[in-house]
Amino acid sequence: MTTRQIKKRELKDWLQGYAFLAPSFIFLAVFTYFPVLYAFVLSFWRWRVMRGEPTFIGLGNYEFLFTSEDFWQAMWNTFYFAGGSIPTGMAIALVIALMLNRPLRGLAIYRTAYFLPTITSLVAVSVVWLWIYHPDVGLANYLLNLVGLPSVRWLNEPRSAMPALIILGIWRGLGYNVIIYLAGLQNIPQHLYEAAKIDGANRWQLFRHVTWPLLTPTSFFILIIAVINSFQSFTQIHVMTQGGPIGSTTVIVYYLYQQAFQQFTMGYGSAIAMVLFAMILVLTIIQMKVLGPRVHYQ
Amino acid sequence: MLKKISNLPIHLILVIGALAMVMPYVWMIATSLKSQSQMLTYPPQWLPTEFVWQNYARAWQAAPFAKYFFNSIVVALAVTLGDLITGALAAYAFARIKFPGRDAFFALYLASMMIPHQMTIIPSYLVLAKFGEWNKAFGLDTYFALIAPFLASAFGVFLLRQSFLQIPNELEDAATLDGCGRLGFLWRIVVPLSRPALATLALFAFMGNWNGYLWPLIVTNSNEMRTVQIGLRYFVGQEGASQWGLLMAAAVFVSLPVVILYLIVQKQFVQGIAATGIKQ
Repeated sequence: MTTRQIKKRELKDWLQGYAFLAPSFIFLAVFTYFPVLYAFVLSFWRWRVMRGEPTFIGLGNYEFLFTSEDFWQAMWNTFYFAGGSIPTGMAIALVIALMLNRPLRGLAIYRTAYFLPTITSLVAVSVVWLWIYHPDVGLANYLLNLVGLPSVRWLNEPRSAMPALIILGIWRGLGYNVIIYLAGLQNIPQHLYEAAKIDGANRWQLFRHVTWPLLTPTSFFILIIAVINSFQSFTQIHVMTQGGPIGSTTVIVYYLYQQAFQQFTMGYGSAIAMVLFAMILVLTIIQMKVLGPRVHYQ
Repeated sequence: MLKKISNLPIHLILVIGALAMVMPYVWMIATSLKSQSQMLTYPPQWLPTEFVWQNYARAWQAAPFAKYFFNSIVVALAVTLGDLITGALAAYAFARIKFPGRDAFFALYLASMMIPHQMTIIPSYLVLAKFGEWNKAFGLDTYFALIAPFLASAFGVFLLRQSFLQIPNELEDAATLDGCGRLGFLWRIVVPLSRPALATLALFAFMGNWNGYLWPLIVTNSNEMRTVQIGLRYFVGQEGASQWGLLMAAAVFVSLPVVILYLIVQKQFVQGIAATGIKQ
């Protein structure tokens, strides 16, 4: 081939490359890249849709945000939800995964049962749990009464509403965590256990000195993903409590929704979105620094 | 190690755990078949004394669920198909074509996976409102609004790229010699060879979209455009959380399609999650 032919072929490659990229890039540009920039810009403006034109207010939204009691309560609720559901959920998931990580009869049935909640529509699940948490004739109170405990008003009381959502969160997230833990367990080379057993390690020592350290990256991955996901919780709150009672379940995304799509304060809503983004970005960067970017999709 | 002895207590714990996981489903189905009076007795009874199948028919008719299902199916299928097409094209470009700026674009796609959906909803909403001023069919409360933001998924591009990279270059060289163009090669060789990855992407796209909530909640406001999830939410409000038999019946049929799909393709689903770490 002559140089001109090669040049021509290269040019064709270039054009085809861009053409193949174009469809996805256009949609990403319109509905991801542009919105990110737009949200950033909007967060410096005061704008109530249908109530006049936007006004530039600099850091006004952020000042208001960081001095707003509602915002700090939403932050507290967000962390309360994450802290209440994640460590317990991970511990239970690890125990279940350790038990499932062996040739067992009925393994497929167990897996189906544990994973079912994760794939079920969260709205449907929330409606069912709304019924389970019914203060008078609900299943949850019935089970409490069975073991001699008094009834709880669950979603109707600020003190118990968040714990109710935490229980639901653990139940729903368990299957996902079990699957990731199982994948992690299966990556531990068998010969390490054999070597440790030859050295006379008992089962606890096997877990403590082989399984646990080798599972650290898996645990870390689950932790970060779980925190990111819990920061984004919205559906069950919108279906079950609408952020109440008295704001006790208004998490950050629900607060964003209220401000942007009920009050229509788009600038202030964008400032909340930027804070959420910053929180998730920090977590993502930590994850990539520690585990490398490949775990995402590899 | 000590398998015979240790399995019994393990089964015991796993069974108790599995029962706890499944109990809400049993409760949902049992309630969906109970009469209104039996439902409100205390202590609750597990089994319906008479099976009130009517609850399902009444729930289906109490709100336009047929329309909600139609909307959800249209939207989820369109998004799935769109993700496959835009994803396959981009993945092919990233995996097998050399062009300037490829790495920069790749990094840009990677970066888009770090952006939480909640961050883009306000601007996306405003963008669609603007589109609607030019042409109603592309504005809020349309199929376009429900579908368009999800027609490209960076996750899908990565998933397919991994798979496309495995295809040997010799195949492409041979196909080129036979006069096969890039699109032809993609369609006739790459796609059939990457079926597992494409199936995984289709599965996640469909399920994720079927179960999607925040976005359809924001962009729909007429009953005609609501998806099943939003329809169910409004049904709860409409029934004032008292007709529990109807609500549970509706919860059953709204969750059923994805549950059935999951039961059929369970293995691929679990492997997909284990391999990619994706959650919905």
